[in-house]
Amino acid sequence: MLQSLWNNRVMVVAVILFAVGFTTLLLHRNLIKKIIGLNIMDTAAYLLLTSIGYIDKNKAPIIVDGVTDPSVYVNPLPAGLVLTGIVVSVSVTAVLLALTIRLYQRYHTLDLDEIYMIARNETEKKEDKK
Amino acid sequence: MKTNKIRNWLKTWDEGEFEFAINEDVVQPTTTDNAQSQDLEHPWKTRHVDKIEQKEINIFKKLYPFISTFLCLVIVGFLILTVIDLPTFGSANAPAHNEVMDRYIESGMDETGAVNVVAGVILDYRAFDTLGESHVLFTASIAVFILLLSIIDENEPSLEKEITQKDSLLRSTAFIVVPLVLIYGIYVVLGGHIGPGGGFAGGAVIGGGLILYALSYGFDTLDRIFNLKNYRIIITTALCFYSIAKCYSFFCGANHLETIFTTGTPGMIFSAGLILPLNIAVGVVVALTMYGFYSIFQRGRIG
Repeated sequence: MLQSLWNNRVMVVAVILFAVGFTTLLLHRNLIKKIIGLNIMDTAAYLLLTSIGYIDKNKAPIIVDGVTDPSVYVNPLPAGLVLTGIVVSVSVTAVLLALTIRLYQRYHTLDLDEIYMIARNETEKKEDKK
Repeated sequence: MKTNKIRNWLKTWDEGEFEFAINEDVVQPTTTDNAQSQDLEHPWKTRHVDKIEQKEINIFKKLYPFISTFLCLVIVGFLILTVIDLPTFGSANAPAHNEVMDRYIESGMDETGAVNVVAGVILDYRAFDTLGESHVLFTASIAVFILLLSIIDENEPSLEKEITQKDSLLRSTAFIVVPLVLIYGIYVVLGGHIGPGGGFAGGAVIGGGLILYALSYGFDTLDRIFNLKNYRIIITTALCFYSIAKCYSFFCGANHLETIFTTGTPGMIFSAGLILPLNIAVGVVVALTMYGFYSIFQRGRIG
């Protein structure tokens, strides 16, 4: 068991990175830190995907001298998947940061609990007015 | 006209009056009778609720870190148990390296004309995937633009001017580095099918160069080229070209017609059919989106 864990140490690192990101996402109340945690989780997913596509002592999938033997090159498919993931995570991060800026302008705090309490008070006031 | 409307709407949302303004007009006349009784009832009610709630909140705040840490540990445990059963890292017999990989590497160069197999996969076999990615970027930039439209306040002194007027170190560094970065980005975009690179990597490099230029010399020069109108036209043209070219090539391929885009000699710059123009389209979209993100976050507008 320990031997297989040691052989798959890259994936163990990916799992630990995932855990670090997930705890950051759950334990911090600051919205910016939550976004950082989400990005760390993204990184863990990329590391896992690229490590699955790797083959020992093989080269990157760029064909040299017309050699088209599959046993010489690394799997090209996970690289394409990671490319997709990176683009999506960049877009998601940008939209999340923009939403955070709007929330800060509205509530003047980045603390999620405070934002929640202020929003609740506002809705209660609105209901009282009715 | 339309941008002004959105701007006003966002400003009312910022001041928290967006929904009140509608309710007050309708509700005010009817509440005059019940106003007193509500005022008597209301304070007691809220205080009572607040006490119970405060207790619940305190319990929640005490328990929350433990529960979330426990949840994380459980998830990590299950994931580590899964890692033990996964195939060994770097072994050639892993189930991920199946006939799909063999097929892509064996006949990828003949079918697509691209020496870089990854470029052949993402821009030929799975081109609609990449089209979706470009649209995700485009949609994200539109969403950010809508959200941050009203952020700019013309009366406040902006940060960019203070930086650009004083920092001569940044300016002289950017004077040397920016042209090299831009040329390298163009090289990476154009060489996507004959080596490592491609539209996404090269577009990100070009976007970084533009951001460095904007940081050190200000937005004045860039605004002449990248105003909102040009930005819209360039990105829409790139995405439309991508969609139409790929629809054409899929239509011809499915009906066994001959396309005008030939694979050519692998390894030459004008080879690999559609991959080079598609790389350029993707690179343009990525570069402009990166620069657009920076510009919107910095000052709330493009151009």
